[in-house]
Amino acid sequence: MNSSWPLLSVITFLPLSGVLFLMLVRGTEANVATNAKLVALWVSGFTFFLSLFLYVGFDPDFVGYQFEEQVDWISGAGISYHLGIDGISMPFILLSTFLVPLSILASWGSITHRVRDYMMAFLVLETMMVGMFASLDMLMFYLFFEGVLIPMFLIIGIWGGIDRVYAAFKFFLYTLLGSVLMLVCMLVMYQQSGTTDIPELAAFDFAPTLQFWLFLGFFASFAVKVPMWPVHTWLPDAHVQAPTAGSMILAGVLLKMGGYGFLRFSLPMFPDASDLFAPMIFALSVVAVIYTSLVALAQSDMKKLIAYSSVAHMGFVTIGIFSMNEQGIAGAMFQMISHGLVSAALFFCVGVVYDRLHTREISAYGGVVDAMPRYAAFFMFMMLASVGLPGTSGFVGEMLVLVGAWNRANWVAVLAAIGLILGACYMLWLYRRVVFGRAEKPEILELEALSSREFLIFVPLTVFVLWFGVYPSTLLDIMELAVSDLLGQIGPQQTALR
Amino acid sequence: MFYKAIVFLPLVGAIAAGLFSLRKLDGAAVTVSIAGVCLSFILSCFAFGTIALGGEQATIDVARWIGSGRFQAHWTLRFDTLTAVMLIVVTGVSSCVHIYSVGYMHNDKSIARFMAYLSLFTFAMLMLVSADNLVQLFFGWEGVGVASYLLIGFWHHKETAHTAAMKAFVVNRVGDFGFVLGILAIFALTGSVSFDAIFETVSSYQPATISIFGLQLPALEVVSILLFIGAMGKSAQLGLHTWLPDAMEGPTPVSALIHAATMVTAGVFLICRLSPVIEYAPVALDIITFVGALTAIFAATVGMTQFDIKRVIAYSTCSQLGYMFFAAGVSAYPAAMFHLTTHAFFKALLFLGAGSVIHALSNEQDLRNMGGIWRQIPVTYAIMWIGSLALAGFPFFAGFYSKDMILEAAYGAHTSAGLLAFWLGCVAALLTAFYSWRLLIMAFHGTPRASVEIMAHVHESPNVMTLPLIPLALGAIFAGWMGYDLFVGNHWQEFWGDSLFILPTHQAMEAAHHVPTWVKLLPIGLASAGVAGAYIGYVRLPWLPVSLASRTGALYQFLFNKWYFDELYDRIFVKPAVRCGKLLWTRGDKGVIDHYGPDGLSAAVARLSGRLVQLQTGYVYHYAFAMMIGVVVLLTWYFSGFGG
Repeated sequence: MNSSWPLLSVITFLPLSGVLFLMLVRGTEANVATNAKLVALWVSGFTFFLSLFLYVGFDPDFVGYQFEEQVDWISGAGISYHLGIDGISMPFILLSTFLVPLSILASWGSITHRVRDYMMAFLVLETMMVGMFASLDMLMFYLFFEGVLIPMFLIIGIWGGIDRVYAAFKFFLYTLLGSVLMLVCMLVMYQQSGTTDIPELAAFDFAPTLQFWLFLGFFASFAVKVPMWPVHTWLPDAHVQAPTAGSMILAGVLLKMGGYGFLRFSLPMFPDASDLFAPMIFALSVVAVIYTSLVALAQSDMKKLIAYSSVAHMGFVTIGIFSMNEQGIAGAMFQMISHGLVSAALFFCVGVVYDRLHTREISAYGGVVDAMPRYAAFFMFMMLASVGLPGTSGFVGEMLVLVGAWNRANWVAVLAAIGLILGACYMLWLYRRVVFGRAEKPEILELEALSSREFLIFVPLTVFVLWFGVYPSTLLDIMELAVSDLLGQIGPQQTALR
Repeated sequence: MFYKAIVFLPLVGAIAAGLFSLRKLDGAAVTVSIAGVCLSFILSCFAFGTIALGGEQATIDVARWIGSGRFQAHWTLRFDTLTAVMLIVVTGVSSCVHIYSVGYMHNDKSIARFMAYLSLFTFAMLMLVSADNLVQLFFGWEGVGVASYLLIGFWHHKETAHTAAMKAFVVNRVGDFGFVLGILAIFALTGSVSFDAIFETVSSYQPATISIFGLQLPALEVVSILLFIGAMGKSAQLGLHTWLPDAMEGPTPVSALIHAATMVTAGVFLICRLSPVIEYAPVALDIITFVGALTAIFAATVGMTQFDIKRVIAYSTCSQLGYMFFAAGVSAYPAAMFHLTTHAFFKALLFLGAGSVIHALSNEQDLRNMGGIWRQIPVTYAIMWIGSLALAGFPFFAGFYSKDMILEAAYGAHTSAGLLAFWLGCVAALLTAFYSWRLLIMAFHGTPRASVEIMAHVHESPNVMTLPLIPLALGAIFAGWMGYDLFVGNHWQEFWGDSLFILPTHQAMEAAHHVPTWVKLLPIGLASAGVAGAYIGYVRLPWLPVSLASRTGALYQFLFNKWYFDELYDRIFVKPAVRCGKLLWTRGDKGVIDHYGPDGLSAAVARLSGRLVQLQTGYVYHYAFAMMIGVVVLLTWYFSGFGG
């Protein structure tokens, strides 16, 4: 399994080395901007190319971590530089490396000031994201997990909209609260077990009462990231203020950190507490699905609407994870990947018309299809994927989550399925108001058709959403053993339910 | 390969037509989509021969789809008699509609896109009828829903069109809610979603119960009712029917193919496909009978009062679907499938004929603005007569065999639900004949009510629109007579084989052949009375309907406004949902969560730091203060026993 050279480290730190390279770029401002864009695109593109080797070299029949790298860091203290991937983290790494070059391409024309800094922020962000998913040491995980926030905070705070300071501040306040509690829990865990190694911690038995508190500490952090109701209100503001590419990464990858955290920490390390808290999480998730879907109906801002729909979709993820059975967890994983692609594409859809008309108000549009037929087709496809149409990736995740939820507690599935109806309402209504109708405003009639750069961003997203919808085994096979191994760690009482 | 081609040829046609439409190659797009569907129809005929007549079944595994633990859903095609019948209906009507559309849409600059959507619909419908498991059936189910959404909203400039498209999708989603939960329940019960595995074990789950929201309910009843809710959505049964009349905003070929002959019958198909499950759910069967019978009568009463030519036929479709459901409800699945088949022919014919009328009158759809045109468009006129005779069930036309069979089965079932369905069905038959002839007379006879310019332009449709009507007309005349023996007559058991399942104690099929003579004669008598009524009301005494309408004001308004379903739903679902969303947003998110959460916190910090500043302590104190609190919390935590 171990390749001769440290592929994971290379993928993790290659974007960071791109940052160093960017610092060296000299010349006039326009020159720097162009070169910075190109460098960032090439570096992130090459990173994605390298990450494909993870997919090719991955052995889905191997239980445990692959591509492992371990170097003593603080010797004797049980803290090491430890990277590795399994079927749970690998898809997320690919998702991250896939979305970053697309987001860089998406910001090509819309970012005009401090371009180099912007590109640097994105590359740092990529290193942090990949590092977070690849870390097998709790300390490293914490550093990357919190590190992700810094470039995202800057992207919103510097390149964001009018209310960017309020949004960035809210974002920061919520996440800070969670991370402080998580850090405290990590200290306690280290104190108890004498190690920060994640596989070792997963095998360690924490006393049930301790698990109770530790679970809550981690929950505070992960729930904010997901985000779960009622700690979701930072998300709409952050999305609305963030530049298009920032929203793409925020919805595409950053929201998945919470779900990943639940799978990596909460479930294997605190199984008893997870079992105990599952009803509470179900309740919160069901409220999230119905509440935020209704709120999405009331929105007049396109980005806010999609942001609220993200909260609803992530509600399905937490339901799936805490169903604690094979379909639920695999479905939650799948839903996260699918949502990563679909929501990134939807935010890009908003970005495309925002770049032209500089407004996100739904009422400013109407009849866009006449001027931009191809855009309308892509938007339609992504809208249907978001609604969970079979044949798109959105369906597979939702279906498996519902199967898992029904088997655990059928009332959860019944209430969550209401989200299927409401989801169709707000997405179709959005689409109808923006795309359909007779274009009467002159600025709509004169909208520029989709450029080839924008086309190039839509195509890969569409291909993957369709592919995962028609042949989801590509992903499910990778996850299967990791999921059953995780269930094995949780304990027999849950796996007995299949 | 041969079987796969039947299903996938229309998909190939759709994709090719879609690509051609991007390059503006309309001719190529039209040709390729027609070729795909017609080829598929020819192959379907061969398939019908081997499968339905030859008795050979086939199951073809195409690829893996969703697999996780025990949950395994493959892309698998299943060909048995039930599928073979649907193949003929779907590809046959679809071929005619494809060709007809070339004429009907020839002025539309998006004709290539239109043909691509039609072919895509055909593919999805074929996936639906050839599915081997519930999840794949759901794929086809949603696929036809999307195709229907795209086609209803095809003229996207029209506000009414895209509103209707969205309504269709959302109302169907309500049905899907039931369908999805039905799949979940059946998987939880039997551990499988594939039909063979479910059917094999289903009888052993009769005593099983499902506990839901604290209620203990018989599992198979719950499963059946949930799946029936799905069927109600797609087949526009009472309660979830509101989308179908509005769907007439789509181009008329769409109404013929999707909203009359094929997609709306998917619900009936689903119930028949799942007959091995539903047979063990007597309560669900009664509910199906009841809902079907109510829909049959409800839609017929509304159909009498409408003035839009397509809406009248749409309500008639709704009503006929009700017949099919109550046939299934009394366990006469073969009768339901028989009526489904004959109905596909004559209803597609009626719609395409109506399209011809609309085309001739320069897109006029209101019956009040028609009349006096039968001499100018004789072919269309003849077509509408054939369709109406078949619909009303006059002897030796297709509807006569299938509708009578359904009514006889309902009578023969000897259950209270069956008898109710029989009587409501008889009244509906009277109304059916009435509104059919009302339509015929208002559209073709009397003095012309259209403007002079329009009347000057009245012309028969081109051959490309009339020729596809011939096979449909032949079907409307002969399908009943030809199919009777196989579908419901002496050989129905051999014909259907294992594809339909009826418990030996459910005797409606057998009893239908031994009902008293008056039961056999009553429907024809009532249909004749209906025609006579229409003749009196709209030819002899034209003042009568008007005065009746004004004299029975409340009742007439009630029917004319479609029993106020739309208004009711708007009041209790649509408006409250939007209002609720606004309230949760302004009061919940902004008012409570933000107010006491981040905003409240920052305000509190500001107040606190303000006080500290007043004390001349400066910034360092902030941090010291915060750190102090942190340390205190940490220490308390550590010594309170949890830390170690």
